[in-house]
Amino acid sequence: MDVEIGLRVDGEPHRLVVDTRTTLLDAMRERLGITSPKKGCDHGQCGACTVLLDGRRATTCLALAVAHDGAEIVTAAGLADGERLHPIQQALLDHDGLQCGYCTPGQVCSAVGMLAEAEAGWPSHVTADLSGAVELTDEEIAERMSGNLCRCGAYANIVAAIREAVR
Amino acid sequence: MIPFDYQRAEDTRSAVATVTARPGAAFLGAGTNLVDHLKLGVAAPDLLVDVSHLPFDMIEPLAGGGVRIGATVRNSDLAVDPVIRQRYPMVSAALLSGASGQLRNVATTAGNLMQRTRCPYFQDVTTPCNKRRPGSGCSALEGYHRDHAILGASRHCVAVHPSDLAVALTALGAVVQVEGVKGARSIPIIDLYRLPDDAPQHDTVLEHGELITAVDLPALPMATRSTYRKVRDRASYAFALVSVAAAVDVERGTVRDVRVALGGVAHKPWRARRAEEALRGAPATDDAFRAAAEAELAGARPLRDNAFKVPMARNTIVATLRELTRREEP
Amino acid sequence: MTGLIEPKSIGAPLERLEGHAKVTGTAPYAAEHLAADTAHLHPVQATVARGRITGMDTTAAEALDGVLAVLTPGNAPRLAPGDDPELAVLASDEVAYRGQIIAAAVAETTEIARQAADLVRVSYAELPHDVELRADSAGLYAPEVVNPTYPTDTTEGDPDGALAAAAVTVDRTYTTPMEHNNPMEPHATVALWARDTLTLYESTQWPHGVRDTIARLFGLATDQVRVIAPYVGGGFGSKTIHANTVLAAMGARAVPGRPVSFALTRQQMFSLVGYRTPTIQRIRLGAGADGRLTAIAHDVVEQTARLKEFAEQTAVATRSMYAAPNRRTTHRLAALDVPAPTWMRAPGECPGMFALECAMDEMAIACGLDPIEFRVRNEPEIDPETGLPFSSRNLIRCLREGADRFGWRRRDPTPGVRREDGWLLGTGVAASTFPVFRLPGSAATVRRLAGGRYRVQIDAVDIGTGAWTSLAQIAADALDVPPDAVDLRIGDSALPPGSVAGGSSGTTSWGSAIVDAARTFREKFPDPEEGDEAGGATPDNPDLERFAMHAYGAQFAAVRVHADTGEVRVPRMLGVFAAGRIINPRTARSQFIGGMTMGLSMALHEDSVMDVRFGQVANHDFAGYHIASNADVRSIDAIWIEEEDPHVNPMGSKGIGEIGIVGAAAAVANAAYHATGVRVRDLPLTPEKFLR
Repeated sequence: MDVEIGLRVDGEPHRLVVDTRTTLLDAMRERLGITSPKKGCDHGQCGACTVLLDGRRATTCLALAVAHDGAEIVTAAGLADGERLHPIQQALLDHDGLQCGYCTPGQVCSAVGMLAEAEAGWPSHVTADLSGAVELTDEEIAERMSGNLCRCGAYANIVAAIREAVR
Repeated sequence: MIPFDYQRAEDTRSAVATVTARPGAAFLGAGTNLVDHLKLGVAAPDLLVDVSHLPFDMIEPLAGGGVRIGATVRNSDLAVDPVIRQRYPMVSAALLSGASGQLRNVATTAGNLMQRTRCPYFQDVTTPCNKRRPGSGCSALEGYHRDHAILGASRHCVAVHPSDLAVALTALGAVVQVEGVKGARSIPIIDLYRLPDDAPQHDTVLEHGELITAVDLPALPMATRSTYRKVRDRASYAFALVSVAAAVDVERGTVRDVRVALGGVAHKPWRARRAEEALRGAPATDDAFRAAAEAELAGARPLRDNAFKVPMARNTIVATLRELTRREEP
Repeated sequence: MTGLIEPKSIGAPLERLEGHAKVTGTAPYAAEHLAADTAHLHPVQATVARGRITGMDTTAAEALDGVLAVLTPGNAPRLAPGDDPELAVLASDEVAYRGQIIAAAVAETTEIARQAADLVRVSYAELPHDVELRADSAGLYAPEVVNPTYPTDTTEGDPDGALAAAAVTVDRTYTTPMEHNNPMEPHATVALWARDTLTLYESTQWPHGVRDTIARLFGLATDQVRVIAPYVGGGFGSKTIHANTVLAAMGARAVPGRPVSFALTRQQMFSLVGYRTPTIQRIRLGAGADGRLTAIAHDVVEQTARLKEFAEQTAVATRSMYAAPNRRTTHRLAALDVPAPTWMRAPGECPGMFALECAMDEMAIACGLDPIEFRVRNEPEIDPETGLPFSSRNLIRCLREGADRFGWRRRDPTPGVRREDGWLLGTGVAASTFPVFRLPGSAATVRRLAGGRYRVQIDAVDIGTGAWTSLAQIAADALDVPPDAVDLRIGDSALPPGSVAGGSSGTTSWGSAIVDAARTFREKFPDPEEGDEAGGATPDNPDLERFAMHAYGAQFAAVRVHADTGEVRVPRMLGVFAAGRIINPRTARSQFIGGMTMGLSMALHEDSVMDVRFGQVANHDFAGYHIASNADVRSIDAIWIEEEDPHVNPMGSKGIGEIGIVGAAAAVANAAYHATGVRVRDLPLTPEKFLR
């Protein structure tokens, strides 16, 4: 069944016809040619497709496009202002927090979403006091970024980059 | 993946009526598990009724001191809710140990409870599985079952329930509010989930078309001192090998009341009633914790490759209770 | 070797040149080269481990709206006979392993292609299969050589006699499981067949190799095939060429003029693109009372596919690692009804050094020696295998430097006695090594552009290694210009040929070709003008005959094991490497720690569980097959020592892409023993192995 929906991606409005089976990820990659979000597993098991969906970090491979008519999406491409990178992106370059680059846009979006969560005082699995203040230690950053797998093994540099960007 | 129709539910009544009337229909929440199943061919609905926008996104106080959690409250929002964090820390801890930040941001409360086992054979339509295709056989029984059940399994199914949240809710004695064509009903969560017996295709007692609208937490003062300990292979982003949700009320070295539930060990979140009984009135010591854990696990029937879960569950129960009671002492 | 080039840009920590495109997600990977009319392919895979297809009904699939073609063994184009049976796609009704491609649907969208593939009905005549590697597997045989061309067995002296006479012996069996490369970007191809030419946007480590293979299989001239791979999302050995690329080309041929996209699912990657063989390794060490090894025996049993031989060179590193007068190594293969194993980061060295370096730890303890001192005592003066001098070998410096930085000297060797908050603490060390490979066949061109810039062209490929940047640095120094004066073109088979991005050989092989081209250019054009152009190729290195060439390293790990649950964590790792001159410290460090991180992942998590009844990996996705997550990695660092080696290549560099993984798992396992007193010899180190 085909359905027409609207999406706003990186500030650009799009009208498109999707199969009800089409995921938000495939709608962007295959219908709109927006390939900044990557497909690494297609089952919510790697985080490569992470974007900011209506303001929050979210995987897009398990979201049906038809259920997100009208959604506002920001990808890693949209976080940069032309040549000017988002501080997280610049920090990843400075700390070489990437190698093959395939998980990287998802790491970027996840980091940006994660920082907003920490800013809002959200605890994590490794927060000792669930009701206390949040301090973004390396352990906290690593835990909060664990939904983004990186096979090249850039984790240590990703954590360093985020630590730096927060400072 | 076969094609399906999609409807956005206007209200609960019509959503329930629509799904009830159509055998091939299913409710869609965030889709973080259902879309998995669509891709794998595990589920093949002909209609999805999207209930993620129904007005069940509130966390509200209940008369009597409890808390009502709406079915569409996202896992993140539930985990970080100040009341939940303060009064039911095991709920927050369970949620925060599950999945990843980006999945928790979309996954719903009811969807979390209704997620299905991650048994690899259940998810692989090229292998037999009684849960997916009744009567085809259980591939895990003699196959890869390191992650599987040690309690309450049958020869028809040895899968475990994957939810962390449900384990905490089971320890708390939460009650699930359900809407059906015949009206509303309340189901204690302990009764929501089934053991596999000879019908593992049914994870829960819900009938086709029944919709979870809320989960009620009881006023349970002792839950302010509760926790959730998850043992897993990876430090994060992994399902439990064994998990323990526990709350304990100790007075002058004696256990007055205790709640313990186990995850990763059974087809349902496992309320450790035998352990609880053994502990009430017992001294809050490692020996008593161990004896209680052993009483609970006496009925364990591990498989060839998951016998480790018995000592792992025992040790984790002891460690969790030790941690809680140590914390409680001034 | 002719002299080293003068390092100016070499050694500078240049930022990745393609970094901006990668952090914004605008660097296009293979499957992202889509056009409005791109069709999509989804394969049908065999659901038996061995047998013959007796029937295939494609009626429903073909009838589906939006289906453009259904490929089967009955209608697929005949391929020219090749030397790789894995690539004989849809060539017969025989099923050699479960998951083998037996049909495919090409359709307007991915959803329709997938549905159509599901609708293909297949019946089989099933045959009995054997997919289980055992130490006593029936029909174990000695291959003619192990990869790539090493002798299968070696013997020197009388190892059995020496072992019988040794004052101290260790005789243990270590196992490593089947592991899957799992690069983050699934293997993908976009193929377009138009006007007798075939263009492939391909996720590959070797565009030229793919071009040649595809041209041969489809009976095309090599200039009729073009393979383009500007960005590749990791490979780790799995992206040479597999059946999926051949199938994509077939799909494109079925719909000429339309691009066809075929990206594997993560699940499909567990049966279609190779893996590291499981290994069963018996190691026997004999030593005198002085802690000097008298005998080393390393006997390996591993698997290959009945369809195609792949012989992992697991014991090869053992041949050159330590001095001992009596030595033996053997490799035996079980040919099973499985997909063929393939290269996976440090094939041979990685599993082999896990076993050897755990055994060395056990032997050090048995001799009452510190494991570093024990290795120092057994350091060879010349390569024990070839009798050649080492071009450079700084293992001991790595061990000592690491010991200082890691705080090794304060270590109490007693196992199982350090406890903190319920965790048992320990530290471990292991040695690391990787050979210097130089592959033939690379060529490069240098062309003067306007404004004093140079275009440097070679069909190299950057799979995340940093080749975009390091090759620009090498070209800059070879031309004596700043790196931003270099306009590098790689990742396209239309460029001069490049060898595979594998074996940590890229910088040596491609870099040498670039240096050769630059030297030729500078000789030919002392006053270059726009449009001047010269070419060069990777020269032979006569020093290869005169020296043994390897990189070395020392891996240190701190490990915590939970006393109650057996959970294993690695709070700290340090690697110290001696790998010649480092071209780019920034990207090099990433290579080292990336390898170490994958070694940590191997140590703790990775395990493809073969279901022997079905003949497939049971845990075939990222939820079931764990690779390390961010939270699994805490403090991890890599440093290197200065090493001048004029013999390896004109840059003075050794490969660094793989050495980081070698020995890492052994260091973790040795540390886990030190923490708990429990010696785990079977990877991975999952909690149950430490539960008491």
